[in-house]
Amino acid sequence: MRNFLVARLLQAGLVATVVGALCFVLMRVLPGDAAMRIAAGRYGPDARIAEAAEKMRLELGLDRPLTAQFLEWIGDVLRLDLGHSLVTGSPVVHELKVQLGASMWLAASALALSLLVGPVIGLFSGLKPGGAIDRLALAGAVIFRAIPPFVLGLILMLVFSKQLGWLPPAGFGSPREMLLPALTLALGLAAMSSRITRNSVAAVAKAPYFAFARYKGLPEAVVVGRHGLRNAAIPVVSYLGLQAVYLVEGVVVVESLFAYPGIGHALVHAVVERDIPMVQGTALVMGLMFVVIAAIVDLLTHWLDPRVRRMA
Amino acid sequence: MSSIGDLSFARPKGRLPAGRMFGAGLLVLLGCFAIIGPMLIPADPAAQDFSASLAPIGGDFLLGADHYGRSLLARLAHGARLSFGLAFLTMLAAALPGVLLGLAAAWRGGWTERFLELSATIVLALPGLMLVLLLLAFAPGNYAPLFLGLSLTLWVEFYRVTKATTKSVLAQPHIEAARMLGFGSCYILVNYILPVIAPMIATLSAFAMATAIIAVSTLSAISVGLQPPTPELGSMIVELLPYYAEAPVHVLLPAMLIVLLVLGLQLLAQGDHG
Repeated sequence: MRNFLVARLLQAGLVATVVGALCFVLMRVLPGDAAMRIAAGRYGPDARIAEAAEKMRLELGLDRPLTAQFLEWIGDVLRLDLGHSLVTGSPVVHELKVQLGASMWLAASALALSLLVGPVIGLFSGLKPGGAIDRLALAGAVIFRAIPPFVLGLILMLVFSKQLGWLPPAGFGSPREMLLPALTLALGLAAMSSRITRNSVAAVAKAPYFAFARYKGLPEAVVVGRHGLRNAAIPVVSYLGLQAVYLVEGVVVVESLFAYPGIGHALVHAVVERDIPMVQGTALVMGLMFVVIAAIVDLLTHWLDPRVRRMA
Repeated sequence: MSSIGDLSFARPKGRLPAGRMFGAGLLVLLGCFAIIGPMLIPADPAAQDFSASLAPIGGDFLLGADHYGRSLLARLAHGARLSFGLAFLTMLAAALPGVLLGLAAAWRGGWTERFLELSATIVLALPGLMLVLLLLAFAPGNYAPLFLGLSLTLWVEFYRVTKATTKSVLAQPHIEAARMLGFGSCYILVNYILPVIAPMIATLSAFAMATAIIAVSTLSAISVGLQPPTPELGSMIVELLPYYAEAPVHVLLPAMLIVLLVLGLQLLAQGDHG
C-alpha cells in the first residue's frame, strides 16, 4: 500500500515540475521583456516605464542567472506560492480556491451520475452476453464514445434548454445549472464503463465459483449480489483510473462550453489572455486533481481485492 | 485522448467483423470527400456573399451557406481535409518515434530503456489535453503547438505497446534459435517482430487519429485552437450556433461530420468489440 502511495506522490512532484518548467520557459519565451511587460501592466505605460521595469527586474530577480531563477521558481511552486494573476492582480491561490470548489462539485456529480448509469447497464448486458440489452448497450456505447464532449454538450443544450426549456443552458449557482454539464461528462464516462462492466460481469458469470453458488441453490439475487458484484467491480474500479483522464479533460471542455466558473474555464481563459501565473496555477491544480483521483482509485482497488494486499 | 488506452489485443481471426467493415467503408467515403471534395468543388471556402447569408439547403448552394454566405459544402470539404490531414500527420509524428524508440528500448534495455521510461512517465503525469493547452499558451491559434503537443502525448502509447510486445517476442525460444542459426538483427526484426506488432500499431494509429480529430475540433470550439477564418469543423459549429433558430441543420452538419469521422476510425480500430 505504501508503495503506490509513494508512486502517486512522485507523480504529483512530476506534475509540479512539468507545469512549472513549461510555464517558466513560457514566461521567458513570450516576445518582449518580461519585466517591461509586467511593469506596463501594473503601472501603465508612461514616461518612467524604464525605471519601473528596472525595479521590477530587481524585485522579480530577473537579472540573476537562469538556473537560480528556475530553482526559485520551482521552490515557489512547491511552497504553493503561485504569484498574482496578470489580469485581475489578485493572488492566484485565492482565485483557485473559489474555482476548485465549483470544479470538484462538477467532477463529483459527473462521476456519480456515470456510476448510476454505466455499471448498471453493464451488469444487465453482462449477465446475458449477446442478448437484446447487450447489443443495444453496445450500439449506444459505440455512438456515445464517437461524439466529442463538446458536441454532446451542445446537443444536450439544444434539446433540453432550447427545445424543451427544462434546464438553463449556462450559469452557476443551483443544481439545475450543474445538471447539463454533469450529464454531458457522465454519458461519455458511462459509455466506457458500461462496456468494461459488461466484460467483467460476463467473465465472472462464467467462473466456476459463480456456477457453484447457483448449484448450491442460492437465489439469483444472492448469487449476483454476494458472489458477482464485488469480483466484477475490480476491473471497473481500476478502469476509473483511466477515466480520470477523460474526466479532467472533459471538465476543461464542458466548463468552457457551459460558462461554468471552474478551474477548466479559468485555464482556457488564462491561455487566451496569456496570463501565465494563472495558466500555471490552473494547470497545476488540474494535474494534481488527476493524481488525486488516481490515488483514490488505487486505494479502492486495494480495498476491493485482497490479492493485491497479499502481494504487496 | 482517453480512448487510446482502452483496447484489447485479442484480434478476431479470419473474416473482418461487420463493425470493422462498416468503419472502413465509412472512412473510404469520408476520405474521398476530404481528398477529392476540395478539388471538385469550385467554391472558395472563404468567399463571402452576404446576399446568400444562411441560404437554405438545396438552393444555389448544395448544402446551404453560413451567416457570411460562405458555401457550407466547400467549408465542410476543406474542414474534413484539414481534420483528416492534421490527424494523419499527428499520427505519423507520434507513431514513427514511438515505434522506433520502443524497438530501441526493447533491444538495448539498460540505460536506454530507463531514460525512455522516464520520458514516458513525465509525459503521462499530466492528462494529454493539459499538455496541449500549456503548449498552446505559447502561440494560440497556430498549427505548430497543436501538432507538437498532440504528437508529444500520443507517442507514448506507441512506445509502450511496441516495447512490451517486442520484449516478449525477443524472449521466446524461436528468436534464440534464429540467432544461433546466424540470422542478423535485421532479419529477425522484419520476419519475427514486425508481423506481430504491425496489427497493434494499425489499431493504435486509428485510435490516435480519432483522438487527434476530437482534440483539434474541441480546442477550436473552445477558441484556443485554430482561429475562425480557417474552415475547421469545431469552430464552424460554434460560429453557426447563434443562428441555430434559423438554420438548425447548418449547425448539425459539421457536428455530424466529426462524429462520423471518429466513429469510422473507432470502428476500424476495434470492430465489434466493446
